[in-house]
Amino acid sequence: MRAVVTVIGKDNVGILHKVSGICADMGANVIEVTQSVLQDMFAMIMLVDITGMEKDFSEMVDRMTELGEKLGLSIHTMHEDIFNSMHTI
Amino acid sequence: MLNVYNILETIRMIQDECLDIRTTTMGISLLDCIDTDIHKACDKVYEKIVTRAERLVPVGEQIEKEYGIPIINKRISVTPIAMLAAACPGQDPVEFAKTLQRAADTCGVNFIGGYSALVHKGFSSGDEALIRSIPEALAVTNNICSSVNIGSTKSGINMDAVKLMGQIVKETAERTADRDCIGAAKLVVFCNAVEDNPFMAGAFHGPGEPDCEIHVGVSGPGVVRSALTKYPDASINELADIIKKTAFKITRMGQLVGARASELLGVPFGIVDLSLAPTPAIGDSVAHILEEMGLEMCGTHGTTACLAMLNDAVKKGGVMASSTVGGLSGAFIPVSEDAGMIDAAVAGVLSLEKLEAMTAVCSVGLDMIVVPGDITPETISAIIADEAAIGMVNTKTTAVRLIPAIGKKEGETLEFGGLLGSGPVMPIRQQSAAKFINRGGRIPAPMHSLKN
Repeated sequence: MRAVVTVIGKDNVGILHKVSGICADMGANVIEVTQSVLQDMFAMIMLVDITGMEKDFSEMVDRMTELGEKLGLSIHTMHEDIFNSMHTI
Repeated sequence: MLNVYNILETIRMIQDECLDIRTTTMGISLLDCIDTDIHKACDKVYEKIVTRAERLVPVGEQIEKEYGIPIINKRISVTPIAMLAAACPGQDPVEFAKTLQRAADTCGVNFIGGYSALVHKGFSSGDEALIRSIPEALAVTNNICSSVNIGSTKSGINMDAVKLMGQIVKETAERTADRDCIGAAKLVVFCNAVEDNPFMAGAFHGPGEPDCEIHVGVSGPGVVRSALTKYPDASINELADIIKKTAFKITRMGQLVGARASELLGVPFGIVDLSLAPTPAIGDSVAHILEEMGLEMCGTHGTTACLAMLNDAVKKGGVMASSTVGGLSGAFIPVSEDAGMIDAAVAGVLSLEKLEAMTAVCSVGLDMIVVPGDITPETISAIIADEAAIGMVNTKTTAVRLIPAIGKKEGETLEFGGLLGSGPVMPIRQQSAAKFINRGGRIPAPMHSLKN
């Protein structure tokens, strides 16, 4: 089982560190990261493996959302199934 | 495989274009709660609902988090209460409504639908008592919805029921006149009612359905409009293709959520209702989709054709995305719940007659339309009869949800707030249809009902 974390917003120091910190804390393994900074807009998509997570996935969602609010970024944490089902037949 | 474009598209749909799951609705059969003692029956009803739906709200919230998709309503539909009331003659069916309200409070759901009667061919024991109790039931409860099926393609239109419903709609509005006549917004009169509809106020759990199941109603007018905006010069068949693709994506999400809810709740997955259900929020309007197709304002000439194409394309796109499509499935046109419809009605461009024509080609019918408070019950009945005739002849579901604005006249507005929105009082014809309505009897089923 995998989840997708997307982070969009104004660039500042340590975003990747803080997001991956939460992943590590929750026991979610980061598989892939795509990130770009256009002018001062930061956009990152992170694919994480949540199979071995010891804690509840909804707790990770809450922590990511909380971090987003703190940093003024839009952070979405969603199970990969939603993308697979919407975009593939 | 996942790609960045798809991920961002999904997030944009949810964040900017009001994509959401409009409702997860648990259908619960109450046939095993029938008892000749109404108090015992009510106890069984309460017990069954709170047991079955105990986890409906928390599971909905869990899925919202898992997939990052808002689920706006968690609701319950139950067996038409008239079937339970039939076993308790002489006892007040409002007891059932109060019990349903208690169950709704305990489960934390937004609405329970099913204070209903199916009288398309005639009244059986319990039906008339239940219908006559609707004004009281909707006045003393907040989260209970009621519906009455008065006609079908197979059986024709029960004109005695049509006459009665004119009086009931008016009385229901009068009983809640101090609350913007909200009672009438929770009462639907159907022709060809469907048994697995997850949308309120017309949801009930048909007698042919399983003991318990979970339905999903999707929504997404904003997503469709936004997709069309990108192709300002496309031909109509290209637009139809774009709508199909968009409806596919929206419905897939409904299918995913329904399957997950079914798994977590341990009840069978019922249906996905492929509807475009608007809300008064900016960017969530069906009227705006029609305007995006090239109408200066919804309600002008061409509206029916645009809506017919939209409705058909939504079905074609959605049907492949779900294993079990059902419910009402099509575009909804509730006037007070759609920002574009409200504007068009206020401007006088969208009339009752145009809405009637539109209902021949889309889902449901004359929905959330505010009419003058001095409307006569016979006129309400006549509007119901017209709409039912469209449903009966076209073999489709039609419904009437009129709100007589007690004490208000044309040009004034009723404010419901929330998802129900607000509606201008729309003009109606002043000439009487009372003689026709008072004849009673039944309009025979049309020729094409004889298919066997």
